[in-house]
Amino acid sequence: MGNEKQTFIKNPTFKWVGTRPVRPDGMDKVTGRAAFGADYQLPGMLVGEVVRSPHAHARIKSIDVSAARALAGVHAVVTAEDFPDLPSEIAAGGEAPINFRDVSHNVIARHKALYEGHAVAAVAATTAAIAAHAVALIKVNYEVLPHVIDVREAMRDNAPLLHDDLFTTGIDPQPTTPSNIAGRTQFVLGDIAQGFAEADIIVEREYTTQPVHQGYIEPHACAAAMGADGMATIWTSSQGHFMVREFCAKLLKVEIGQIRVIPAEIGGGFGGKTTVYLEPLAMALARQSGRPVKMVMTRSEVFRASGPTSGTHVWVKLGAKRNGTLTAGEMILKYQAGAYPGSPAMLGGMTGFAPYDLKHAKAVCYDVVSNRPKCAAYRAPGAPMAAFGVESALDEIAQQLGLDPLELRAMNAAKAGTRALYGPKFLEIGYAETLAAAKAHPHYSAPLGPNQGRGIASGFWFNIGGQSSAAVHVNEDGTAEVVTGNPDIGGSRASMAMMAAEVLGIDLAKVKPIIGDTAQIAYSFLTGGSRVTFATGMAVVEAAQDTVRQLRERAAKLWKVEFAEVEWRDGMAYCTRTTEEPRAPLSMAAIAHSCAKTGGPISGTASINASGAGPGFGTHLCDVEVDPETGAVKILRYTAIQDVGRAIHPSYVEGQLQGGAVQGIGWALNEEYIYDQQGRLLNPGFLDYRMPVASDLPMIDTVLVEVPNPGHPFGVRGVGEVPIVPPLAAVANAVSRAIGIRMTDLPLSPPRILATIDRAKRST
Amino acid sequence: MATVVLQGELARRYAGGQTTVTIEAADYRALIDALERRFPGLAAAVSVRTAVAIDGVIFQEPLLEPITQHSEVHFLPLIGGG
Repeated sequence: MGNEKQTFIKNPTFKWVGTRPVRPDGMDKVTGRAAFGADYQLPGMLVGEVVRSPHAHARIKSIDVSAARALAGVHAVVTAEDFPDLPSEIAAGGEAPINFRDVSHNVIARHKALYEGHAVAAVAATTAAIAAHAVALIKVNYEVLPHVIDVREAMRDNAPLLHDDLFTTGIDPQPTTPSNIAGRTQFVLGDIAQGFAEADIIVEREYTTQPVHQGYIEPHACAAAMGADGMATIWTSSQGHFMVREFCAKLLKVEIGQIRVIPAEIGGGFGGKTTVYLEPLAMALARQSGRPVKMVMTRSEVFRASGPTSGTHVWVKLGAKRNGTLTAGEMILKYQAGAYPGSPAMLGGMTGFAPYDLKHAKAVCYDVVSNRPKCAAYRAPGAPMAAFGVESALDEIAQQLGLDPLELRAMNAAKAGTRALYGPKFLEIGYAETLAAAKAHPHYSAPLGPNQGRGIASGFWFNIGGQSSAAVHVNEDGTAEVVTGNPDIGGSRASMAMMAAEVLGIDLAKVKPIIGDTAQIAYSFLTGGSRVTFATGMAVVEAAQDTVRQLRERAAKLWKVEFAEVEWRDGMAYCTRTTEEPRAPLSMAAIAHSCAKTGGPISGTASINASGAGPGFGTHLCDVEVDPETGAVKILRYTAIQDVGRAIHPSYVEGQLQGGAVQGIGWALNEEYIYDQQGRLLNPGFLDYRMPVASDLPMIDTVLVEVPNPGHPFGVRGVGEVPIVPPLAAVANAVSRAIGIRMTDLPLSPPRILATIDRAKRST
Repeated sequence: MATVVLQGELARRYAGGQTTVTIEAADYRALIDALERRFPGLAAAVSVRTAVAIDGVIFQEPLLEPITQHSEVHFLPLIGGG
C-alpha cells in the first residue's frame, strides 16, 4: 500500500535522476578505509573456527569436546546441543517460506551431517592457531551413510534418503513413504495437447546445468559481542541486517529487541548472503565466553558450506507453426535444493516461458534434496536454468524453420495483456522494445568468421517490492542525511541520495546517504530481488516529500501565510500570496537555520510495503569463436539489452547488466562443482573453480531500454536479476551455431566441446 | 464479482478441483474470508506460502488491497530474488 500516494512522473525534467555522479562510498572503498565483515576489532576479541563434516552423509553418534575445552586459550565450544531444537514449521520468510528448523540444522548439524563441510561444532579461542588446534581436538564419532549428489539419482526410489520425515508435497494423496523429492508443483495454461496438435514442428530436448556459486569476493565474516545487559551486537557483511537479526533471534530463541545488527560493507552477495551461516555461531560463542568473537570463512569453507544455486535437469518441448507462431510449451524441471528443501524450481517453471505469448503451456517442477550444501538464492533464482532450455529450443526452431531468431522471438513476444503461465496478465512491459533494440544494434549485423557463431537469448524476472523505511534529516545548515536500512551492494547509496536530492530540489553534494543499523532505522527487508532502488527508493521519495511538506509548513509560519500559499521549487520556498509586499524566497538552509523558532528539527520519514514492481525483460547477443583443436571458447563480443524502467544512475545499471552477463558466461562455459566418489568437493577454490576474469572477456556492451514502470514515481524497475537469465542460452546458442552441433549440457568446457566435436567426426 | 483463479494443489485439495471461482468482495480481506467460508482451510494454505496477484500486480501482503467487480486474483508462490 506504500505507493498509493505516488504518481508516476510522465514527462520529467530531472536534475539528478539519469546522471552519473561519483559514488559516495567510492573513495573509502578504493582507499581501503571501508570496513568489511572481517575488519572489525574489539577489545578481548576471540577467534571462532568451525568443525566441519568430512563426510557427505553421516550420522553423528557422539561429539567429544572435552579435550578442546581443556586446551589453554579456548573460551567456548558449541554444538547443536547449545541451540534450541526447533520444531519443523513453515513460516513466512519474505523471499520464500522458511523452515527455521532447517536453517538451524544447516547452521550446525543435529543428528546427521548432510554434506561435506556441514558445520558440526564451533570453538572460540584467543588466537587462530589455538582455535585450529581445538578444532582438531574435537572428536566426532560418525556413522558414514551412503550419499547422493546428482538430482536425478536422488529422485530414484532406492536413493540414499536424507530425511526420514520428508514426504513429497503437491501430490494427492500425499505419499506416506519419505523421499528426497520435497515437492512437486505444476502450472498449467490452456490445453497443452491441443497446442501441440496445432504445431507443424516440435523440438524436444533435455538440458542440464551444474550448481554454481555466487562467487562473491568477500567470504562470509562477522563479529559478535554480548553486553553485560544480555544485549547482543553483531557486525556482519550480509544482504540484510534485519534478516540476520530475525534469524539469530529465531535460532537462539531470544527476543528480536535483544539483538542489534550493524551492517558492514559487503563485498558481493548476489543472493548468497540472504541467509545466516556464521552469525548464530558467533553469537552463541560470544554468549558462552563472555567475550567478542570474530568468525571468517576461508574460500574453501565458502565453497563447501555456503549455498550455490541449484544444479538442474530440464526437459523442454516447444511446438510452432511453419510461420514461427508458437503453439505450445512444456517443461519438466528437476532442481537440486542441496541438503534441505527449498530449490527455486517453481520460479524456473514460472519464468521460462514468460517472455512469450503462449496460449498453451505447462511446467512441472520438482524440488529435490541431495548431499550438497543447501542452495541459496543467486540472481533471478531458478530462471537462468529454465531459460537455458526454452531459449535453446527456440534457437533450434528458428534454425529448422529458417527464421531470424530475433524475428521469431518478436512475433511471439509477450506484451501488455499477455497472460503468463503462472496466472496474471502483464501490465506495461518492454520486452518487444529490447528485441527491437537488439535488431538495430550494430552487433547484430556484424560479420562472423570461420568457427564463429552468434547466439541470441532473452530472459525475464518478476522483480519485487516489500517493506522499506527511510528518513531524511535536515541539518541546521540545509544539508541533509538520507538514512535507509539496506546494505549497499550495487551503488544504492548513490541512487538513494539522487532520488532525495531530486525531490528536495537541492544539490546532490548536500545529501549524505547513510546505511542505518537495526537500531537506527525502522525495519527494511533485505537487499535482494532487485528491490532496493524500487522499494527503498520509493520510501526515500516519500520521506523526502514528507520533508518538503514540513519545509513548506515552516516557511508558512515564518511568513504568516497559509500552507497552500507556499510552493517548493529547486530547493526553495516561494510565497504565492500577491496582495502584500513580495516575500523573498527562503532556501532550505534558511528554513533549517530557524527551525527552533518554528517547531524544532525537520525530519521526514516513510515506512512502506511497496508493491507495483515492474517486471524486467532482457535480450542478449553473444558472438563466440570455438577452437576446433582444443574446444576452447572465446567470447568475441557480447551485448546486453534490457528494459530498465528508468535508470536512476545509468553507470550502476550498466554495471548490473555487465556483472550479470559475466556471471552467466562463467556458468555457461566453466563453472562446476567436482566431487569425488565419497562426495567430497575437489575444487573448493578459485584456481580450480574457474570463474571468468577480466582478461577472459571483451567489454560487455549494454543498451538501456527505458519503458518506465508506472508503479514507481521515477519509473524504476529492478535491474539486477534479469541480466543473468539470458547468458546461459546466449552462449550455448552461439557455440552450437559455431560448431554446428546443439549443446545441451553445461558447462561448455573445452573437454566437453572437444569430445562433442570428436564424436560428431567419428559418426560421419 | 471478482474472479479468483486457483491452480494445482489449491484447487485439488481445497476446492474440489474447481479452478475458477467468483467472489463478491470489496478488498482482499473480505475476499479471503469469503473463500474460507466456501473452501475451509484455503485461507491458512495461502497465508504463508503464497504471494497474490491482483489485476496483474503482485503483492506479498495484500490484506488491505481493494478488489473490484472486474478484478482477477491469482495465488502464486512467494517470489524473492538474489
